[in-house]
Amino acid sequence: MLELYALAVGPLAWLAFGVFVIGSLARLFSMYSLAKKKDAAFLSYMTWRYSLRSIFHWLIPFGSLGWRENPALTVVTYVFHICLFLVPIFLMSHIVMWDTSFGFTYAALPDGLADGLTVAVMVACLFFAWRRLSLPEVRFVTSTHDWLVLVLVFSTFSTGFLAYHQIGDSLTLTTLHILCGEAMLIAIPFTRLSHMLFGFFSRGYIGSEFGGVRRAKDW
Amino acid sequence: MTTTIADRRIEDAGLEAGIARLTPEKIQKTIQAVLAGEGGARLKTYVETCVRCGMCAQACHYYMSHKDPSYAPVAKVRQTMWEILKHKGLVSPEFIHQCAQIAYTECNLCRRCMHYCPLGIDTAYIMSFVRRICHKLGVTPQYIQDTAHSHSATMNQMWVKDDEWIDTLKWQEDEARDEMPSLRIPLEVEGADFMYSVIAPEPKFRTQLIYQAAFIFNQAGVNWTMPATPGWDNSNMAMFTGDMEIMGRIEMAHFATAQRLRVKRIVMGECGHAFRAIYDVANRWLGWGMHPVPVVHSIEFFWELLNSGKIQMAKKYPGPVTIHDPCNVIRGRGLMDKLREVVHAICDGVVEMTPNREHNYCCCAGGGVINCGPPFKNVRIVGNSIKAEQLKATGVKTCIAPCHNCHGGLDDIIHKYGLGMELKFLGDIIYECMEKKGAS
Amino acid sequence: MQADQAWDWEPGARTVLEDATACAAPHEWTEEPEASPDGERLAAVANLGDGRFTVCVNAEPWETDFEKAWYLRFSPDGRLTAVTMEDGMWTVSVDGESWEESFDFAWGTTFSADGGVIAACIQSEGTYGMIVDGTPWETLHENANNFRLAADGLHTAAAVQVKSLGQADIATFQQGIFSVAVDGEPWDAIFVNCFDPAIEQKTGRAAATIRRSLYDYSVAVDGKAWDAAYDCAWGPVFHPGNGQVLAPVRKKGLWGMAGDAGFVWNPAFIQCHHPQFSADGATLAAIVAPSFGKFTVAVNAAPWSATFPVVTDLRVSPDGRTVAAQASNDNAAFRVLVNGSVWPGVYDMAYGPVICPATGQVAVRVEKDGRQAFVLGGKAHPETFDRAFNPIFSPDGAKVLLRGISGKAYKRIVAPVSAFTG
Repeated sequence: MLELYALAVGPLAWLAFGVFVIGSLARLFSMYSLAKKKDAAFLSYMTWRYSLRSIFHWLIPFGSLGWRENPALTVVTYVFHICLFLVPIFLMSHIVMWDTSFGFTYAALPDGLADGLTVAVMVACLFFAWRRLSLPEVRFVTSTHDWLVLVLVFSTFSTGFLAYHQIGDSLTLTTLHILCGEAMLIAIPFTRLSHMLFGFFSRGYIGSEFGGVRRAKDW
Repeated sequence: MTTTIADRRIEDAGLEAGIARLTPEKIQKTIQAVLAGEGGARLKTYVETCVRCGMCAQACHYYMSHKDPSYAPVAKVRQTMWEILKHKGLVSPEFIHQCAQIAYTECNLCRRCMHYCPLGIDTAYIMSFVRRICHKLGVTPQYIQDTAHSHSATMNQMWVKDDEWIDTLKWQEDEARDEMPSLRIPLEVEGADFMYSVIAPEPKFRTQLIYQAAFIFNQAGVNWTMPATPGWDNSNMAMFTGDMEIMGRIEMAHFATAQRLRVKRIVMGECGHAFRAIYDVANRWLGWGMHPVPVVHSIEFFWELLNSGKIQMAKKYPGPVTIHDPCNVIRGRGLMDKLREVVHAICDGVVEMTPNREHNYCCCAGGGVINCGPPFKNVRIVGNSIKAEQLKATGVKTCIAPCHNCHGGLDDIIHKYGLGMELKFLGDIIYECMEKKGAS
Repeated sequence: MQADQAWDWEPGARTVLEDATACAAPHEWTEEPEASPDGERLAAVANLGDGRFTVCVNAEPWETDFEKAWYLRFSPDGRLTAVTMEDGMWTVSVDGESWEESFDFAWGTTFSADGGVIAACIQSEGTYGMIVDGTPWETLHENANNFRLAADGLHTAAAVQVKSLGQADIATFQQGIFSVAVDGEPWDAIFVNCFDPAIEQKTGRAAATIRRSLYDYSVAVDGKAWDAAYDCAWGPVFHPGNGQVLAPVRKKGLWGMAGDAGFVWNPAFIQCHHPQFSADGATLAAIVAPSFGKFTVAVNAAPWSATFPVVTDLRVSPDGRTVAAQASNDNAAFRVLVNGSVWPGVYDMAYGPVICPATGQVAVRVEKDGRQAFVLGGKAHPETFDRAFNPIFSPDGAKVLLRGISGKAYKRIVAPVSAFTG
């Protein structure tokens, strides 16, 4: 297991970050090239002003019709996404690893808070799972892919939670946690998680069409 | 209750004949050609980034009316585009029938779902893409296809022949001269301030709208003209069948007519989809970034006439009234404030619908759905009970809808649900209540 | 418009009519006036009251009056035509004389280039065709449109419906119900659609854009279609020298120019339309968009470098040395383009460049701040008008005939080229 751990924090970590960064850039670049080649007419309507206007309104909780009409989902989605970024980046044990490997450090979340936020992510995942199972309009469009992505996120945070609380075999769980996290990073450019990359562009594009051309709000 | 499109199959001569000519191999070949030629980054991004959250369900009036998940915008994509992509186009003729039924008759391309999707996915675009595929496969509902044929053969949507158009204008001019002896419908006047454009249902069935517009323009003393050649109709059902080539040809003729007449702008009657065609669809297919000649919808033009004092109201229309916001000029052009200013200026008391403005529910006739004809009439009436509830909740007896398709759709809903409302165009009310100094 | 040496070309201004709206007969109103090519006459439809109309020429009414009269047009040889109706039947009246035969409807008067031939569209008992100098086609059709008269006036053509179509009968339509009739007689070939027929001078050969199915566009010449299929096509043109037919066609989303042997301009444009040959056929120009939203003119496939949101009104001089067009943005800020360069003036409206066949100079009627004026080679003539008519060059190109109404007066001005100083 130690070897696996070493592999996970060493070469696999490099691989995961590499695939995430290079893969994301490559996907963004290839999508931009495709857009220029086949959607040039539509690309020409994109403006910073209206892209940002739309994104801004959609970043505010309950700032759009869609958010307002789905209050529970809105709250959970915001908590989930905020925690999804805050916890991995500002967790003390993650910062320690940056420090050990590269010798830089920054402010960390208090452990208790980070723990709470981790729980929040797991609860959010359960909420999403409940929606996929129980709400007919969500169940109707849910596929294995959606479950895999959800399980990946849940596994990453739950193994982290267990490892932190020393429940079960610490080394095994830590290794699993790292592997899950790495799998998630690798998955971002190539799965539904790519909405993290493309979502701003699709929102920005439609915001530009509504703002610059149709002169109507899109939130 | 959860159903799928297979549970509500509707027979249509166009769809049946279309799929009878197909095999999975033929389908695949066509679909792959369309995808290779026209499927770009938008389609790819939309399909990939959709997180299947289902938030868009409540955006759709079909879903809100049926509460059946298979009517949600994302469900329409699931039952069409995702399957097509998953199978790389190798799908059955019957599946294409389902695609056509969803894309042509269960989506009005109203774009309300863009107000629900955090990722800004344009489901209307995806449904248009499915329609494009169906058009290329020859699987289109009979009645709307006939309309597209009319467009190609006559450059208008109702088989109006060249002489019938002029004859109708001359006839309406004669009729209106009984009321205003000096009235003219000036044809082919080069250099007029604007060309007035109407859609083919006006000369065909609703000639009083031409009469009213002519009366209002003559009373206002504006410098206008109408063309005596094809190119007068900017409506565009080819845009909705997926026949982009005919769509382009129609609007090319339309803009070329306005350019030939050297008018400053085109003012168009109270139609929604025709505005969409010339404002941000067909003009783009033709390579123009924006419309080459500005197009002003009646809402905006009436607003100008009222604000400049060119027309005055002798009285206000007895209210209260409610306002229906047509998708194509509200979500499509942001005319909600001007529409309200006009209605408040001409009517006594306005009761707003909820939701309204950009968030308004579609009439369920637009996007070519009403043009799919009798086989699908019930689909759009039952599929919009939410609109009936919305109308009923206003408690008023008059609904103003400045759009032809909206009139068609709302009229059917009002009858079916016994709402006892009357529908009005802005032009109806302005003509009825304005000061008529020029009248004899 | 071909100028005549016999016209009054003495430089100077002359008021032809003190009151452009005048009519010697008692009348309710006069309508938009038309000026004769030589500038000596101004004509307008006049409403005589009681639902009667006539035409006034220099304020003098025609002897006849009508239930309706409209579409007043001067032919290039100076004859004045109107579409008129009496007892519910329509015909064309030329200089006050109605053609013998009248129809359930007549409209769309057109002229040959020299004005010697006058044609119009007719509908008689629900059948459609054309009438040339008073003689209707022998064969009329269930429907007809896209009417054309050859430049030399020898032949006429139209897209005609040759098979009946029931209501909403999409199957029959897709099997083809349209053809092209030349002088009334349809081709043997039937297509789904026929668009924009063109007629070759002298020979009377006709070409049209066709749709063989909903997806397959091509060009047919005298009823014989090209083998090649395209995604879309605009109207064809005849090479004036060798009779070759070319048309803008679309393939894989891009436009080029093709003949029956394939592309002669590679499909490299977002848009390509209104092709036009010089008289010798050596120059072929068209309006093109090298990229989305950017339009210009391509001459023999090479686009000019300056691009604009909209380009219209392409003109090619007979010798091909001058190619002119006009550009606009949002139907305003009109510019004049000549051989790739842009005139400095920016106008509220331009009415299409006019090229002098003798010298290649370009004159344009333009509008700014509600006044119309004339610009030649980028320089304006000092006179402005409320409403004007297009400029006409003298046969030698040394002078330009300006016609316009200022205040109430209709004036004709012969301006030497040197008078354009603005």
